[in-house]
Amino acid sequence: MGVLEFNLPDVGEGLTEAEIVSWKVEPGDTVRVNDVIVEIETAKSAVELPSPYAGSVDRLLVDEGTTVEVGTPIIAVRTDDDAEPSAGADGGTAPGGSAPRPEEQASGELASGEETSGEETSGAQASGARNGGRQAMLVGYGPRSTSAKRRPRKAAVSEAPEEPAAGGTAHRPASVLAKPPVRKLAKDLGVDITTVTPSGPGGTVTREDIQSASSSMIIGTSPAYSPESADDQRITGAGWGGQPREERVPIRSVRKATAKAVTKSAFTAPHVSEFVTVDATRTVKLVDRLRETREFRDVKLTVLAVLAKAMCLAARRTPEVNARWDDDAGEIVFQRYVNLGIAAATPRGLVVPNVKDADQLGLRDLAVAINELAEAARAGSTPTEDMLGGTISITNVGVFGVDTGTPILPPGEAAIMAFGAVRKQPWVHKDKVRPRWVTTLGLSFDHRLVDGEQGSRFLADVAALLEDPANALAWG
Amino acid sequence: MSVDTAAQPVAETSHEPELVQLLTPEGQRVPHEHYDSLVADVTADDIRAMYRELVLARRVDSEAVSLQRQGELGLWPSLLGQEAAQIGSARALRPQDHVFPTYREHGVALHRDVDPVRLLALFRGVDQGSWDPAQSHFHLYTIVIGAQTLHATGYAMGVQRDGAIGTGDPGRDTAVMAYFGDGATSQGSVSEAFIWAGVTNAPVVFFCQNNQWAISEPLERQTRVPLYKRAAGFGFPGVRVDGNDVLACLAVSREALQRARDGEGPTLVEAFTYRMGAHTTSDDPTRYRLNAELEHWRLKDPVERVKAYMVRNDLADQAFFDELSDESDQLAERMRAECRSLPEPAPTSIFDHVYVEPTPGLVEQRDGMAAYLDSFADEEVHQ
Repeated sequence: MGVLEFNLPDVGEGLTEAEIVSWKVEPGDTVRVNDVIVEIETAKSAVELPSPYAGSVDRLLVDEGTTVEVGTPIIAVRTDDDAEPSAGADGGTAPGGSAPRPEEQASGELASGEETSGEETSGAQASGARNGGRQAMLVGYGPRSTSAKRRPRKAAVSEAPEEPAAGGTAHRPASVLAKPPVRKLAKDLGVDITTVTPSGPGGTVTREDIQSASSSMIIGTSPAYSPESADDQRITGAGWGGQPREERVPIRSVRKATAKAVTKSAFTAPHVSEFVTVDATRTVKLVDRLRETREFRDVKLTVLAVLAKAMCLAARRTPEVNARWDDDAGEIVFQRYVNLGIAAATPRGLVVPNVKDADQLGLRDLAVAINELAEAARAGSTPTEDMLGGTISITNVGVFGVDTGTPILPPGEAAIMAFGAVRKQPWVHKDKVRPRWVTTLGLSFDHRLVDGEQGSRFLADVAALLEDPANALAWG
Repeated sequence: MSVDTAAQPVAETSHEPELVQLLTPEGQRVPHEHYDSLVADVTADDIRAMYRELVLARRVDSEAVSLQRQGELGLWPSLLGQEAAQIGSARALRPQDHVFPTYREHGVALHRDVDPVRLLALFRGVDQGSWDPAQSHFHLYTIVIGAQTLHATGYAMGVQRDGAIGTGDPGRDTAVMAYFGDGATSQGSVSEAFIWAGVTNAPVVFFCQNNQWAISEPLERQTRVPLYKRAAGFGFPGVRVDGNDVLACLAVSREALQRARDGEGPTLVEAFTYRMGAHTTSDDPTRYRLNAELEHWRLKDPVERVKAYMVRNDLADQAFFDELSDESDQLAERMRAECRSLPEPAPTSIFDHVYVEPTPGLVEQRDGMAAYLDSFADEEVHQ
């Protein structure tokens, strides 16, 4: 048993520093070797670091958002008895064998005796000192553990009789013998492991011990339970993959904005959806042909780009789908330009950035613009102006392999197209059943300003363009 | 040509070049007029052995990536996604065949019994490559892109001069296997190697793992024709094989290597595969390629399809998979432990392998270095 620190490695070649982007663990969490513990970003890349140690997270030594030098200790892990590597292994330092109290670590015993330069030592002290005082303030830590409330009540039970001397460790949880998965189960079920009577070999707490402790808690033999456990009354065991049965995630940022936008849109604009299935083989072939040409050699040309172009053309023939309902002014605003939104799934959630004046762009530039939007969205670097002023949108549900849906309008827009997967399907072509590239278009529109006639015409126009892109010559 | 791009994961269209495939991504064995006969001898044991190597290669790789992320290695080039291309081709080799790898051929190394810890030592920077190529017939990793294709061609011309081709003696006839990537095909040295091999009819197989990306440069920015078709211009055959299909890679490699051993000259094999990970641990592919593409290839996973095939045909029971899982855990654990305890080289070791017999000048430099280092030892004592 000991506390090992993990120093920020050089994950590139010759990098000197990295930013701690987000912690994937918090103190008390059980980690196994190679479990991801933190995401960092260097000048070259954003990468996840796996834990070199097995045990439980003792402390996080660096705040999120902080840039630290390579070699700085970033996390302390309390290892199991037999965990590898042994203290003093390369890459980590063991600040004393028997887990000094956090105050001692914070005051700088950390680096004493290590072969570090004066500067590094003071750096380590400084970071240690900062951490000693701010643990409880770190984002994401709730006072989740119920142990603080329960521990005094059952103090007597916690002293496992067979427990060997264990070097006189002062740290209470450390005196319990249990495998990491069992500790995790206890944490997940809200059981204070120090109160559980061990029944396993050598005085270890077993999975069954935790489960029976948990169920007795639920049945109510426990003299008192906190409001948190009252919420958990139905819990009888862990959920999928040993995870808690339920997890509460705060509603914030993109999720929150999305919820607000779709709720407002769904209950202000009366939505109508229509669908058409179309043989897009000619478009697929066109895309293939164009991609072979020099002009498109460094462009990711896609059927999506052709659809975007088709919508710009069709919107001119049916301007209502590209108009805006201005409730305050009591007016319908006809927009003689197309700011084409593309719904993008990003790691943070849904965003709908738009290509400004998409109708002015040729197919090549449109494809480039769409790819740039998607890349920026994925990287989370979409500028605010790209999110504003959309006039009509596409949601590309086909990337998920599905055929269609009834999309909800981005607020203020009159129409949105769901673009389904383009698949080879049997299709009657020239009176024979042939394998053809077929897709489904689903259009939702705001019935306040778009009638069924206009919505249908627009959808049929777009379908006709995908069916035979040559129509663009006639309409463009 | 595929329709797939940023937006749509769509299957290949009909004018996709001919791709040799024996095992579909769903693990279904599909017949092939020509290549079936080349794997007719493959037994259930062979399939299990292949699967074992695929799994172990993947595990060696993931463990090394973790070690790099933990500061134990300076760098690691991941083979994730290319296991089948490597194991399939490696299993077509005979003991005397000589392999010239890039720096990513961890699966081939594994098959040739090069201890993964030797690979870790190289990327930990404690040596410059410490396995014996003469013994394993697996050359040292070449970092310079494409340079090994020339080394391989030269070696193959040596084999010709030794008369070790076309004798009909399976223990003597020798082929040379040069591994390289799609990025290397843009290097002049690779074209030179093709020219020399073509003109001299050298017994070399050029095995290109086309993983679609030369670091951040996509294939379409490197070639206007499918890579395997380039061979025609140099006067030898080229073939494209599903690089995620271990059985097809075995079949195609067997044929190509046998052509070489029989004195029929070089072959270019383009194993059409995908680099699922970063170019190396210093690279961040999310900056230049789209997730949709990755997801598209994930469905073609080279390891999963063999497992599906085995399960479908009852070629292995749960005990086999459990044992293999234990074996790879143990291998990973050993790699971790031995990597961390690799001895630091002495500063003077850089002089050791410059020449077989050190020159007087070199000896003088080495002794000077040693004396210089000794002077510090004194200082420590005084302080």
